[in-house]
Amino acid sequence: MAFLELDGVTKRFGPHVAVEQLDLTVAKGEFVSLLGPSGCGKTTTLQMIAGFLDLTGGAIRLEGRNLAEIHPSRRGLGIVFQSYALFPHMTAAENVAFGLEMRRVPAAERAERVEAALAMVGLAGFADRYPRRMSGGQQQRVALARALVIRPSLLLLDEPLSNLDAKLREEMQIELRQIQRNLGTTTILVTHDQVEAMSLSDRIVVMNTGRVEQIGTPQETYERPASAFVANFLGKTNEFAGTIEAGTQPARIVAGSWSAPAPAGFSGPVTVSVRPEKIGFAGAGQGLAARVAIRIFQGNHWLFQCETECGPAIVIRQNDGMAQPAEGEAVRLAWRPEDMSLRAAGVRP
Amino acid sequence: MTAASSAPQPAPVTAAPAAPAPAAGGAGTGTPWPLVLPALMLFVAVVLIPLAMTVLLSFNDWGQYKGIEQVFILKNWREIWEDDYFLEMFLRTFRIAVLATLITALLGAPEAYILNRMQGRWKGFFLLVILGPLLISVVARTLGWALLFGGANGVVNKALMSLGVIGAPIPFMFTETGVVVALAHVMMPFMVLSVWAALQRVDPQIENAAMSLGAGHATILRRIVLPQIMPGILSGAIIVFSLSASAFATPSIIGGRRLKVAATLAYDEFLNTLNWPLGAAVAVLLLVALVLIVVGSNALIERRYAEVFR
Repeated sequence: MAFLELDGVTKRFGPHVAVEQLDLTVAKGEFVSLLGPSGCGKTTTLQMIAGFLDLTGGAIRLEGRNLAEIHPSRRGLGIVFQSYALFPHMTAAENVAFGLEMRRVPAAERAERVEAALAMVGLAGFADRYPRRMSGGQQQRVALARALVIRPSLLLLDEPLSNLDAKLREEMQIELRQIQRNLGTTTILVTHDQVEAMSLSDRIVVMNTGRVEQIGTPQETYERPASAFVANFLGKTNEFAGTIEAGTQPARIVAGSWSAPAPAGFSGPVTVSVRPEKIGFAGAGQGLAARVAIRIFQGNHWLFQCETECGPAIVIRQNDGMAQPAEGEAVRLAWRPEDMSLRAAGVRP
Repeated sequence: MTAASSAPQPAPVTAAPAAPAPAAGGAGTGTPWPLVLPALMLFVAVVLIPLAMTVLLSFNDWGQYKGIEQVFILKNWREIWEDDYFLEMFLRTFRIAVLATLITALLGAPEAYILNRMQGRWKGFFLLVILGPLLISVVARTLGWALLFGGANGVVNKALMSLGVIGAPIPFMFTETGVVVALAHVMMPFMVLSVWAALQRVDPQIENAAMSLGAGHATILRRIVLPQIMPGILSGAIIVFSLSASAFATPSIIGGRRLKVAATLAYDEFLNTLNWPLGAAVAVLLLVALVLIVVGSNALIERRYAEVFR
């Protein structure tokens, strides 16, 4: 049985549609990310689950109960806000204890649980600090402890890491994942950072302009994007215009000087989409003719901007110590048929 | 004053080895001093010198026939100390100021909170309604009260009496209640603005955060919102209190001669009795008392709310 179920959830602000017919089921213990650019409706969806916004249509059910009938303060959800929304006039311990006080947990047990929660997020010695005397990362941890100490059935994270610098963000991602795994709390993360979504989630819901573009595991959404939007939002991708030539048997797909056996189900003009790291340099006479325009060294990998017969392309190669083509050099680009995805040209599914 | 003194102290100018540091004052070039000179001269001429003269005046002697005698005696101060009349005046002044402050706090803080939660256009409209009175002279605003409640001819009194709700005019003019009500009305914008400023610093998600943790509306207001806007209420209270205690126009129109406060008392000593030294002593005492109260409570507030102020 689905733990959390969003059934045709719709939110309109006047004529503006923020979320349109969102269907999603989340299993117990799952970590699901809502990923999309700003204004795609991901935060609106989270706010509706939290109860800060009313639904225009559809229903949200948690463990079979319709959330619309439960006041936000009675839903028992743990929420971490983008701004952390800590209570500035309370110490870290008082912040964490607030939810327990509201639940009338006896003082002795309260102190114990607050201490355990602060220790869990690595802030054991910071109980008496005020939020404004803590760094962004520490405030973030207090916010997480405050949300988790009430043992929420569902943890909602609203861009919790976006105010941290890159290095700290990476550390917190790993920590967040560990804590979530240990506690087994069902978690919904809202983010616009595809790396964050991929490294943290069991499943990703890619959203755009209030609609779901794709729901799948990080690998699925990356390797087999359901739409051009998903392909471009989750990492970089190259797109070439090609055609299916039905004259030969079996039919072949041709893009410039490159060709391969065509998969079934396509005809006429198509768009070929390949990830930069899936493209390799091939020997003469094979693959797509190109010229290296710019070569950039990025430590663990090389980045090549190439001009091909079918437009610009980006190629990423591991820095494995092998000699790499120089700028201005003529190269041939090749990739395995299973690494590309095809769609009919002009269609943006 | 609270914001300035609680702001992080600027780092002392020790760096900048080669360049002259103009902010360092005497050490560098002399340019800053000529620049502040016009303002400084104005300040000295219209504030410091009259203030010093008033203080000196309070030690002079005065007689019905001899006028002001430029001597240095404690006669006026002893008179204020020994005559209970003055004690009564000052107690009344501070009682009125405290009550006016309480009323503005009790009404103004919720007013600012509600205003802050309003949507765009309404917010602008009601902010104008609240601040609008500041554009009208205090005298005009106070006279409005006199028109409404001024004896049997006051509009409200007349209406209520003709409806038979009351038999005699509501006692308003020349009463402490009247002065308190009119002062609270006149001072309200200062309290609302001050609380409003504090509310701007409150994270808009913080109430949602408290709600998600299980707090009801009353608890959120009492435990989360109120402590955060308390500095705003208190600094508003300091403004309202000091303005109310030194107010002249409102007490003189509503209270008149029958209900004197410190400011109207000093005025009368100067312009009616012509006992300038005694009036000066009253004025200086009011100033000193106010400075002590304001500075003292400000220090207390800053210590108590250090974390919220930061």
